[in-house]
Amino acid sequence: MSASVGDGQSDEKWAGMMRAAIAGDEAVYRRLLEEIGRSVRAMARGAFARARSGDADVEDVVQETLLAIHLKRNSWDGGLRLAPWVGAIARHKIIDAMRRRGARRFQPIEDFETILAAPEAEDPHARSDAERLIAKLAPRQRDIVRSISLDGHSIAATAARLSMSEGAVRVALHRSLKLLASAWRSLSP
Amino acid sequence: MKTSQLIDALAADPKPQGLSLGARFCLALGLGALASVCLFLAIAGPRADIATAAHTLRFDLKFVDTLALALPSALLALRLLRPDARPGALVLAFLAPFLLLGAAVVAELTLVPADLWGAKLIGTNAVHCLAIIPLLSIAPLAALLFAMREGAPQNPGVAGALAGAVAAGIAATLYASNCPDDSPLFVASWYPLATLIVVAVGAAAGVRLLRW
Repeated sequence: MSASVGDGQSDEKWAGMMRAAIAGDEAVYRRLLEEIGRSVRAMARGAFARARSGDADVEDVVQETLLAIHLKRNSWDGGLRLAPWVGAIARHKIIDAMRRRGARRFQPIEDFETILAAPEAEDPHARSDAERLIAKLAPRQRDIVRSISLDGHSIAATAARLSMSEGAVRVALHRSLKLLASAWRSLSP
Repeated sequence: MKTSQLIDALAADPKPQGLSLGARFCLALGLGALASVCLFLAIAGPRADIATAAHTLRFDLKFVDTLALALPSALLALRLLRPDARPGALVLAFLAPFLLLGAAVVAELTLVPADLWGAKLIGTNAVHCLAIIPLLSIAPLAALLFAMREGAPQNPGVAGALAGAVAAGIAATLYASNCPDDSPLFVASWYPLATLIVVAVGAAAGVRLLRW
């Protein structure tokens, strides 16, 4: 496949999916995040391999990028292209992760759009720091995030199990995701 | 945690609500400036001879200078909230306040005899200028930083510094109507110094508050 895939169809498709997601289509949003995750994974693997720093942080970068994409959706201009915006966020998170490992000089990071053509699947054994960070949230927030992510329950099921209203679960979930992002950030010097 | 599990949590989080980034930024700008105007009227207010002063070129030029700083700073601060933003040609607009001020200084030096340069430069209330401009900057800077936390700037320090420049530009515009010193020699020395203080505070705050 050519290196220019990102300029064409897949980018426009992503932009369309993001618009649908912002309008509230949860299924499309999930698919979009999965596709973006696979491309960011390839970008992070390449960057860490070139920096010879192993790939222990790859899944952290993928998850931090997805979380940032989610929390910063407002900063996308809503235009025809999504890949440059995603690539900039991923690059920011890759550099953060390298800095965390004590890197001072950075190898050039491959352009995100050239690797859209070669996505990588998740390593079933890879784990991120997220679980450890979630453990530090307040008990109620921790239960909600675990219920929805690790246990795969819906908002409705989680609300019923914790005897909360669905609205309260949504609010708590959103706040927890913000706290998770800031906990991750606090790992960086 | 596996990435697919995180995606479950993200997909369950409802769609973003409320104002766009640009609307938040403009709202913060407006509210911050309004607070600054109120504070200015409470502690200083425009100078008594403003009606006469408004007919002099030196007085009017002060406002052109301060707005020439505030405007490009605001446009660039807003643009750089996007992670994939490029500053582009907008950076050239920052030359405007310096060119304007530089030209005014040269003109002043040719118009005013050399033995008056010192007095014009020192003016009558330099300390006042250094205190009031940062003071009037507090509200707009705080409001802007708060709104900018929704963004994702590549360089949080630069974004914070730009917020500082916007705030200082607003503050200096207000203060210029009170300040009795209109000579470009005074404006070119003390206003930038006061601005620099606010820009430095903005940069330091940006590094802390605008990280993402």
